[in-house]
Amino acid sequence: MLTVLLILLPLITGLITFGTKGASAKVLSLLSSLATLVIAVIAWLKFKTAPDALQFTVDWIPQLGTQFNVGLDGMGVMLILLTAISFPLIFITIFSRNYERSGAFYGLMLLSQAGLIGVFTAYDALLFYMFWELALIPVYFLCSMWGGERAVPVTFKFFVYTFAGSLLMLVGIIYIYSQTPGGSFSWTTFTSMQLSSTEQSWLFWLFFVAFAIKMPVFPFHTWQPDTYEQSPTPVTMVLSGIMVKMGLFAVVRWLLPVLPKGAYMWQEAAIVLSVIGIIYASCIAIMQSDIKRLIAYSSIAHIGLMSAAIFANNEQSMQGVMVQMFNHGINIIGLWMLVEVIQNRLNTKNMNEMGGIATHAPKLAIALVIVSFANIALPLTNGFIGEFLMFSGLFQYNPWFAAVAGVAVILSAVYMLRMLQKVIFGEANAQTASMRDLKAGEILAIGVVVAVIFILGFYPKPLLELVNSTSLLVNAINFK
Amino acid sequence: MNALISTAVFGIVLMFIGLFVKNRQHIKYYAVAGTIIAFIANWFDAQLVTNGSVVLHNMIEVSKFSVLFNAVAITATFLYFVLCGSAFEKAGDDVADYFALTFFILAGITLSGSFYNLLMLFLAIEIISIPQYILAGVDKKNLKSNEASLKYFLMGSFTTGILLMGIALIYGATGTFNIREMGLGTGDLSPLALCGIILLGFALAFKVSAAPFHFWTPDVYDGSPTVFTAFMATVVKAAGFIAFMRLFHVSFAGGNLSTHWQLIIAIITAATLLIGNFTAVFQQSVKRMLAYSSIAQAGFMLFAIVAVNERSSQGIILYSVAYSVATIGVFAILLKLKDYTFEGYNGLAQKHPVLALVNTIFLLSLAGIPLTAGFFAKYFVLSAAVQQGQLLWLVILAVLCAAVSAYYYFRVIIAMYFKAGDAETSEPITIGFKAVLVVGAGIIILLGIFPNLLLQFL
Repeated sequence: MLTVLLILLPLITGLITFGTKGASAKVLSLLSSLATLVIAVIAWLKFKTAPDALQFTVDWIPQLGTQFNVGLDGMGVMLILLTAISFPLIFITIFSRNYERSGAFYGLMLLSQAGLIGVFTAYDALLFYMFWELALIPVYFLCSMWGGERAVPVTFKFFVYTFAGSLLMLVGIIYIYSQTPGGSFSWTTFTSMQLSSTEQSWLFWLFFVAFAIKMPVFPFHTWQPDTYEQSPTPVTMVLSGIMVKMGLFAVVRWLLPVLPKGAYMWQEAAIVLSVIGIIYASCIAIMQSDIKRLIAYSSIAHIGLMSAAIFANNEQSMQGVMVQMFNHGINIIGLWMLVEVIQNRLNTKNMNEMGGIATHAPKLAIALVIVSFANIALPLTNGFIGEFLMFSGLFQYNPWFAAVAGVAVILSAVYMLRMLQKVIFGEANAQTASMRDLKAGEILAIGVVVAVIFILGFYPKPLLELVNSTSLLVNAINFK
Repeated sequence: MNALISTAVFGIVLMFIGLFVKNRQHIKYYAVAGTIIAFIANWFDAQLVTNGSVVLHNMIEVSKFSVLFNAVAITATFLYFVLCGSAFEKAGDDVADYFALTFFILAGITLSGSFYNLLMLFLAIEIISIPQYILAGVDKKNLKSNEASLKYFLMGSFTTGILLMGIALIYGATGTFNIREMGLGTGDLSPLALCGIILLGFALAFKVSAAPFHFWTPDVYDGSPTVFTAFMATVVKAAGFIAFMRLFHVSFAGGNLSTHWQLIIAIITAATLLIGNFTAVFQQSVKRMLAYSSIAQAGFMLFAIVAVNERSSQGIILYSVAYSVATIGVFAILLKLKDYTFEGYNGLAQKHPVLALVNTIFLLSLAGIPLTAGFFAKYFVLSAAVQQGQLLWLVILAVLCAAVSAYYYFRVIIAMYFKAGDAETSEPITIGFKAVLVVGAGIIILLGIFPNLLLQFL
């Protein structure tokens, strides 16, 4: 029941928020997201003691044999926690801002949260597909309506891309469903199917393309920088912090267990694409002068590494991916928060027009340094443990891939430090000289991020324990 | 059977009502009442007649499926009258006649799901077609309306010839008009029967505007008064599919008979999907876009004919509802606008938020986004095809076309929400009109979550 509540709460409050106006929408959505956080924490505690209590099944469409089947495993709990922590943080960061038609804005934000939680909890393929799409629609409207001047065409490209991808996945789902005895969509049935190698080999691509577009993996990434740049920053946080995790999550939950032979066959291809993406995105990130685009490309590089590690598929790489999914979410949301603050104060995204923030807004500068270092995965920040595990896993699979991907660590240091140098050091100009430092609400939100960065940097054990069961489960699958 | 009688009788009654009711605006209330009575009569069919019983001297078979489809068609017509009834008055002088003709079409539609004899099939198709020829040309002083009517009539009557020819060949090969007694699947298929099947397939493909027999559709839908296009493109089209499916699944399936025509229909499906979707992308007028969209949607409905199994009949019913309700809604809103191009929708969300919202729901349903009935409609027909086997290429083509279709449906949404403009309406929007639209959108969402609400009747 707890799991259902996690989906229903943001869904219902989201619909109610549509009818509200002005400040009440803000307050309502903040309260709703905090309540979701409380439930998520309860679910986490429950998961430690009685994980079975989080499963919930009820018949949905008997003609099809589909069920409303939701539940949580270690990875699910971790991603739910990430979602539940992110939304209050986002709402606190933007609390002082006033959006036009705020009822619709906050309503759509909460609906997208419901969709995301649905994706992470669904144990029925059709239900999973529905939530997968449902998470997309609110984001489409959010980006188009409150985004930058090119937002409408850019978001539309994003929509068509992901829609086409997910339709291919739908074909895959229908095909596997038609092969199940008696017709069932449940995860258990799907994973126990023994499909032939040829079937798995082409089914793999139907699923992989859908997930690769969402992550995004090279060459399916072209929607991403534009969309991140043009979206309003709170939506970018949702997109880059949580939504891209849908793709990674789906590979671990659906692709590897359902199509193990297919994944084994195309393992190399998927890793090669991911590694190309890492290098390619890092190089472009170095050339950016727009701070939002820089972070967008850095995100492609990080996701590429995670995707490569998933397909390397050994115990270490798997654990690294799980940990990094959470940490990357926190770090990138922290980065976007600071970008939002900077952009709001200076009215520019161009790094060449910034500089000298360190002297005029020291707290902001310190926060930016910490979050950037976490993004580079310096030891004692939360990013380190995940990247270390992933590289070590990738090395076990093939040292060459690890070596090439390792270049990305150096490159990421280059572009992040270059960004720091341009934004916070150097000469102050008229705009940055009069810049206000962080306000109380912003300090609270960013303080939480910084705290998580250090705590998980020193003591990642709870996170590792949480996801251990899932990574073991995936490793137990016979891939040959 | 009751549905047939009641709709036919009400058609005649409405013709005479035109003589006695002086206030033209009252006629639509009689028509709405007529659909309610027809619905009740149809409900009695379900109660009194056992499933699959044959009535009227082996001419009509009353089954759960036919009763359900009749209920769907009558309900859609009810919605249509309520939403677009006032537009009838603007189409021309003889309002009562237009309603009467619509009822005659409805009478033909009730036959399309229950014919038991090829003659009744012919009657159903003709009863549906002839009033449409008239309705297309109602706007007598408009050259485009004249063209639409003439074009439709000439092409339609030519196809009627082909249809008759097919029936004659089938009769020659089997010696019977009865659709269940042909026994074509038992022995080798004679060339005569094969020709008959193919001619019937082509004639029916014309009626449902499948490519390459679709050329009349854009011109006729665009030229006819919009209010009648709304009916032609929805309920009538669905009825064509029901007749198509009934004939091919009952008479021309069984054994390996379906392998003779399946590939042809599959190729027609592929062509329809490609032509409909890709041409719709380039339209500037929403009305014409909807004409091509109706061709594109026909491509999906054709899946139900290619795949011979139970899922396809579930799919076609669901598709009829999802497609008819959504398209009637979109047309009803279009009818209220002054400008039929995409620009005409600019800024509708600011001016009439409710209209924009329900229009969005209808368009999302047409695009097949989950949580709308359109998703499950597409889901059922596609999964029927996958179940059939050998058709995966067609399914993948179809989903890619569905992604293309998102482009032109979203153009309307983008215009409504993200473009500044005036979105002038030609007449005031009443609360009642909005309420009915909201009910329509409610049906779409409800069936998008619980499709078994409808399918349980099957």
